[in-house]
Amino acid sequence: MAQDHAAPAHSGDVAPVPSGIELQINGEHYHHTGDPQMPLLWYLRDVLRLDGTKYGGEHGQGGADLVLVDGKATSSIGVTMSKLTGKQVVTVEGLVDAKGGLHPLQQAFIDEDAIGCGYCTPGWLIASMDLLNRHKDPADSDIDTLPNLCRCGCQTRVRSAIKRAAAAMKQGAKA
Amino acid sequence: MSGQVKLSRRGFLQVMAGAAGALIVGIRIAEAADTAPVPLDMLGDNLSALGLYVRIDQDGGVLIGARDPDTGTGVATSLPRIIADELDADWQRVRVVSLGLGVSNHNGKPDWTYGQQMGGTGNSIPRAWRDLRAAGALARWLLMQAAAQQLGIPADRLRTEKGMVIAPDGRRFGYGALAAAAAKITPPQTPVAVKTPDRYTLIGQPAGDVDARNIVTGRTPYSLDQHFGDAVVAVLAHSPWPDGQLEQLDKSPALAIKGVIDVIELKPDPKWPPGQTVIAPAVAVIAENTWLALQGRRALKLDWKPGASGNENTATLEQQATSLLNSDSAPTTRVRDDGNVDKAGHKAARRVEATYYQPWLAHATSEPMNCLVRIDKTGATLYVPTQSPQQAWTVVQRLTGLPPDQIDIRQSRIGGGYGRRLDHDYVAEAVLLAQAVNKPLRLFWPRDEDLTHDYYRSGTVHTFHAIVDAKRHVVAWNQRLASASTLTGRGVSSDHLWTSEVSENQLPAGLVPHYRSDWFSLTSAIPRGPHSGMPEVTNAFAVDSFIDEIAHSLKEDPLDTRLRLIGEPRLVPLQGGGAIDTARLINVLKLVADHIRWKDWLRSVNGLGIACWHVDGAYVAHAIEVSMQGEKLTIERAVCAVDVGRVINPKGLEGQVAGATLDALSSALNLAITVKDGKVQQSTWKDYPLASMAQLPNTVEVITVPGDGDPTGASFLAMPTVAPALANAVFRVSAVRVRRLPLMKEWLRLL
Repeated sequence: MAQDHAAPAHSGDVAPVPSGIELQINGEHYHHTGDPQMPLLWYLRDVLRLDGTKYGGEHGQGGADLVLVDGKATSSIGVTMSKLTGKQVVTVEGLVDAKGGLHPLQQAFIDEDAIGCGYCTPGWLIASMDLLNRHKDPADSDIDTLPNLCRCGCQTRVRSAIKRAAAAMKQGAKA
Repeated sequence: MSGQVKLSRRGFLQVMAGAAGALIVGIRIAEAADTAPVPLDMLGDNLSALGLYVRIDQDGGVLIGARDPDTGTGVATSLPRIIADELDADWQRVRVVSLGLGVSNHNGKPDWTYGQQMGGTGNSIPRAWRDLRAAGALARWLLMQAAAQQLGIPADRLRTEKGMVIAPDGRRFGYGALAAAAAKITPPQTPVAVKTPDRYTLIGQPAGDVDARNIVTGRTPYSLDQHFGDAVVAVLAHSPWPDGQLEQLDKSPALAIKGVIDVIELKPDPKWPPGQTVIAPAVAVIAENTWLALQGRRALKLDWKPGASGNENTATLEQQATSLLNSDSAPTTRVRDDGNVDKAGHKAARRVEATYYQPWLAHATSEPMNCLVRIDKTGATLYVPTQSPQQAWTVVQRLTGLPPDQIDIRQSRIGGGYGRRLDHDYVAEAVLLAQAVNKPLRLFWPRDEDLTHDYYRSGTVHTFHAIVDAKRHVVAWNQRLASASTLTGRGVSSDHLWTSEVSENQLPAGLVPHYRSDWFSLTSAIPRGPHSGMPEVTNAFAVDSFIDEIAHSLKEDPLDTRLRLIGEPRLVPLQGGGAIDTARLINVLKLVADHIRWKDWLRSVNGLGIACWHVDGAYVAHAIEVSMQGEKLTIERAVCAVDVGRVINPKGLEGQVAGATLDALSSALNLAITVKDGKVQQSTWKDYPLASMAQLPNTVEVITVPGDGDPTGASFLAMPTVAPALANAVFRVSAVRVRRLPLMKEWLRLL
């Protein structure tokens, strides 16, 4: 399965343009020429080896497989590559800034120890990011709507981390 | 020069110079009595034979090996901190590396370099406590000797702090600069004295998880994220019946998919017990990637024929249990019999009876079963998420016949264990398939296979009869428990099958003069295995709920009933050694009661419930507050007090306690595995709904009792008291006594 990472520099020869799906992942350009029905999760994991996005189940109910598609939390196992032409995808790896600095939400997860085994943490981060995009100051009832599951019982610590991040982001916005 | 120090009957501390003048102190454990330690001059740079625990490099960096797999219990953080504290290391300069399985070849038999390597069973810290302190203390002693030689003054005039040796005149020597000289000093013949607790700098101080930064950036690889070049992917379709047979298989639709490589049948080997062979007959689709393998599995045309287990139903099994418990049949095992329960009846002012039912449960680990394996001329290399790499090793060794040191089992962080990864059916499957296709291979279980093919926790039925005298003392207690033992078929004699189902020391044993506990064995074909906190979790729910029922029948405050039952502060001897310190039990109980304002709130519209338990030298209590609006039940507060003796990492402990509380709430509220016509009926998170954020309380308030005894494990400590405290609170708020879990379903049925 041929995969191009970004567009190669042209050598002058006119190469046949392969049909495929163009999309951005964490700010970089990708060109998927494989099965358009492949779910994004397996493209990320098996093809690109962007392993931060996790498999939770075939139906995506656990939330471990969440990514942001055009800023919205989306199940990567529930969306096929065919739906992603021209879309902006952000995975957990893409939450750090250009210099590799942590997003306030990532820092808050560390500070609140909102990590058990850590397997489902990327999904929680993506869902929380989506929530903070919609609510700058989320109430408990907003946080209650997160769809993620956690077998290690990190929910209360995630709640604290989201509130801590919201406060830090407000502070950052003022500065 | 370097040398070794005998640490204990089984252990040796070894010192050597590493590359570029590093000081290395390792612990080498000789498991077998006839295994002599490897002479140091034969080690060369083979650090794995030394048993690397701590390396101090010339630049002052400290590398500490984490021996036990971390399933989320924090041992990759807490164990290295025990060494680092004795060493007086600067934690900012410490890097922790996960050690793979330490095995060397001892005349064709394995020699375990690091001793027992096991995770997620709650005993990593107690097992390592003495040895790790000794290793840190020796490394520090060597560094001080090196500084003393340079200064020409006795070492006892020096002190250490944050990676520095400090002279009386204030001169400071970094550990890195001393490392090369320290590695040449002959260690003492007897272990160096360890610190007194008042000098601890890291033990007892909060620390974040050493992997935290990599986890939040998606960079921590789990086994499922490791790669061997172009390993093929195998996805299985298991028989719905563990003893089923393949009746019909048409491979062609799967093989017609471009990228699907092969379709292979697997069968359990009847010679091997559960956990060491294929879990159920299966058909594996091998493909170039996971997506193709999943498509191939969907395309398979196959039919399974049920075996003898095809008529099994959990409802029938429960009925059998109930009639057995209500009959005059002799128990399979009389677990404990104090006083004379039969004759205690004449003192009866009141008799209380109840029966409790608890469901089968799956492990539902977040990271599903998987194993990456490469077998070639040089040996076998595996990434496997296991709680017991040694057990995984034995399965690989048996199937490949390779010499011990040619099997390399690597450890990544593990996406949850809860006991599931003490069994290694998935390792056997991966090795057999890699051998069949002769390629590096990743075995991957989709979620439906995981939920339908587990080593489940058996359901239980408990009946209780208690006799209370005129002074409100419980004088007799008769417990009867029926369950399918976890140990059936695992080479354990029939008179010991009870040990996975009940403890002879569980409360209120030792507190009641006439006490009897009987276990009745049930037969089931559904595979069973170790599960978080068992058997304490099932027993504590039944016992602590029943104590509440006694309180209710006496029309008194359940806290008072408990305190009278526990009695005066004293040591109650445990069968098999040790004792329950009732003062510590009373303490955790009173702490949660005070914290939740038990006396004030008892009369409020909300419901409060309380429960306490003891597990292997540790003590735990929960108080839970619930409110009710119509059919909506809200968990308002959860308070937990724990006494684990010495606390290594309070932040880690708090996380373990809060996490266990929420996980136990999730199970108690929602979860059950049911079997119909021999088939497990739950296969997705919809059928097996772990609690949502909204179902759980907003906080868990954790109280840690400071202690100076040896530390005990804590990973499942907080589980047993959750369900009874919840059910007791629900009774207070709704007058509905839930005697069957999962609670939500039963409560709504009874409401």
